[in-house]
Amino acid sequence: MYRSHVLVCGGTGCTSSGSAKIIERLQAEIDANGLHDEVQVVKTGCFGLCALGPIMIVYPEGSFYSMVKEEDIPEIVSEHLLKGRIVSRLLYQETVTDNGIKALNDTAFYKKQSRIALRNCGVINPENIDEYIGTDGYQALGKVLTEMTPDDVIKEILDSGLRGRGGGGFPTGRKWQLAKDLVKGGQKYVACNADEGDPGAFMDRSVLEGDPHVVLEAMAIAGYAIGASQGYIYVRAEYPIAIARLEIAIKQAREYGLLGKNIFDSGFDFDIDLRLGAGAFVCGEETALMTSIEGNRGEPRPRPPFPAEKGLFGKPTVLNNVETYANIPRIILNGADWFKSIGTEKSKGTKVFALGGKINNTGLVEVPMGTTLRTVIEEIGGGIPNGKKFKAAQTGGPSGGCIPMEHYDIEIDYDNLIAIGSMMGSGGLIVMDEDSCMVDIAKFFLEFTVDESCGKCTPCRIGTKRLYELLDKITKGKGTLEDIDKMEKLCYYIKENSLCGLGQTAPNPVLSTLKFFRDEYIAHVVDKKCPAGVCKDLLSFSIEKDKCIGCGMCAKQCPANAITKTDYVAPGKKLPALEIDTAKCVKCGACIEKCKFGAIVKK
Amino acid sequence: MGKKTSTIPFNGTPEQEAELRKIIAAHKDDKGALMPVLQQAQGVYGYLPIEVQEIIATEMDIPLEKVYGVVTFYSQFSLNPKGKYTISVCLGTACYVKGSGDIFNKLSEVLGIKGGETTPDGKFSLVDCRCIGACGLAPVLTVNDDVYGRLTVDDVADILAKYND
Repeated sequence: MYRSHVLVCGGTGCTSSGSAKIIERLQAEIDANGLHDEVQVVKTGCFGLCALGPIMIVYPEGSFYSMVKEEDIPEIVSEHLLKGRIVSRLLYQETVTDNGIKALNDTAFYKKQSRIALRNCGVINPENIDEYIGTDGYQALGKVLTEMTPDDVIKEILDSGLRGRGGGGFPTGRKWQLAKDLVKGGQKYVACNADEGDPGAFMDRSVLEGDPHVVLEAMAIAGYAIGASQGYIYVRAEYPIAIARLEIAIKQAREYGLLGKNIFDSGFDFDIDLRLGAGAFVCGEETALMTSIEGNRGEPRPRPPFPAEKGLFGKPTVLNNVETYANIPRIILNGADWFKSIGTEKSKGTKVFALGGKINNTGLVEVPMGTTLRTVIEEIGGGIPNGKKFKAAQTGGPSGGCIPMEHYDIEIDYDNLIAIGSMMGSGGLIVMDEDSCMVDIAKFFLEFTVDESCGKCTPCRIGTKRLYELLDKITKGKGTLEDIDKMEKLCYYIKENSLCGLGQTAPNPVLSTLKFFRDEYIAHVVDKKCPAGVCKDLLSFSIEKDKCIGCGMCAKQCPANAITKTDYVAPGKKLPALEIDTAKCVKCGACIEKCKFGAIVKK
Repeated sequence: MGKKTSTIPFNGTPEQEAELRKIIAAHKDDKGALMPVLQQAQGVYGYLPIEVQEIIATEMDIPLEKVYGVVTFYSQFSLNPKGKYTISVCLGTACYVKGSGDIFNKLSEVLGIKGGETTPDGKFSLVDCRCIGACGLAPVLTVNDDVYGRLTVDDVADILAKYND
């Protein structure tokens, strides 16, 4: 027994900000102080508050230390762990009250969250199967194998109303039922889509890093339900920590007999292999993913036949996303009625979102379906930095759309988002403020799609390229009103004629920005202005002479020698003001960053 | 995709080839083993020149054009050797809205190479990558395994200076 546990986040976010070194130093200091029998250091998965990383929580007190540096460790060990005095200067300020510290779950970031998929993230050591078992892990698999028939399992999942968390929202139970019944018997497969490719989305990665066994357990349950003995997890090669932890988890589960032959003495065999992606966004599409596992170019194929009938290696296959699987064991243990009680009429349970962009609490949150966007951004996310105004939130990545201010109070669920031209997507939620140009954002996503289009079908390969060119023309101030109409037509053409989900949804960022921010497009085309001040070709830089003290810092920075002295000395200033030769200016913005007097403006 | 066969002469050693043959043998009975074999082969050689693809094609009894097709499809497979230091700038959405595009352009300007290229001295390769998931630190870049976050354009020179060996 240890008297104290120190939980340190070992997710990608905190590892990037140096948590591995912190753990090393912490262990060294604990050993040096002779505390190794009393204090245990646990490397956990993601706590969610990535913006404050590296994060450390000391129990039993529940002290939440944020942005910990290696130099802080000796103080934490000698003051807190040795003498029992909390180091208040390092505490997350939200947890500090007049009467000491408050529980993490009472802080604004955590209060409105409800954790099902992320239940164990930041709580257990993901590299130790015993800790997973200690929080009811593999009990659901045991219950399924000993007390339930495959039909019971499928009915429970169907009744729960669980829908695919990868973005499509297809009922998971229905998928399983089809895979079980369309083809009777024979070889079948269970696959997990962990090819989380949406830029700015890291929900699945956090589950894999923080609680890998939940995915293994759920896949085994799916295997039992449809009659499959082999599973594959297809995971992005860009997630080295997730891959390492999955490998450990699979090995441990095999050692414990929770994967392999005759699990729980039930006669049920199930094993799982990992397959790594190699950097192709289209492989997140289900048919492309399976083609890739088979060892081919990851190109999609037409549906039907659907994977439930003809999937991996031509056999019936159930393919679900990581977060979907992470819900399964809880549903089995707590029952469909419990799960159904959370969420909205047609979207049950919770959804994990990766908050990013212009928001204070960048990180991972899990909220009940039906939570409003305003709550997620203002309360949980802590609002927008630097007093800027909310402009839009982008969901669904390159396949999704944006939600403008007028829908700030929308209750987030599958159907509400579709109704306003966006989509749930896998859960990336990027916040944009008044400094973001919506035409530029649409162009950004199209550039992504052009790059990632596999090239198999013409509407997507050529259509997205043409769409990108039109957007590029508009951001350069060369667009016309006809171009906007042309773009819209092209969008619908691409949507209707592309082979797979990538192409069919690629125009969404354009359509949704056109719907909500058409005036910005018009400003680019008619007035040749970028209202947000992002599109460089439409900006011009100038110096307000009465604010300029003539220090010359800007001229030193200018790579184009476009800034020169004038004859004018502003009232109260000693040196002559400077001016920018717009013909020479390359609009790099280096001068603005250097001017301490706010004398340089871009319009 | 725009990849070509490497113009740099192939310098594979017999040890590397022995290791490659061992990898292929280890995957002999696996279904769809081409991808894992290519990934591990790239681990051995650092890239996948046509000579390596030929060995894989022959040993696995897969047509060379299929091997080449797979190699050129995925962005993580490289037909050219990488520089000593690979600088990856995250151009995922969260980093992009926080200005990673400017950082990428600055690096490109300072190093005198475009994305996907390597400096003539073989020291730096510059790539744009999709989200590495460190969105809390946006904008982010990595140099080999080192992560740099919360960057501004001004940090570029200091970071490059650290690899001035």
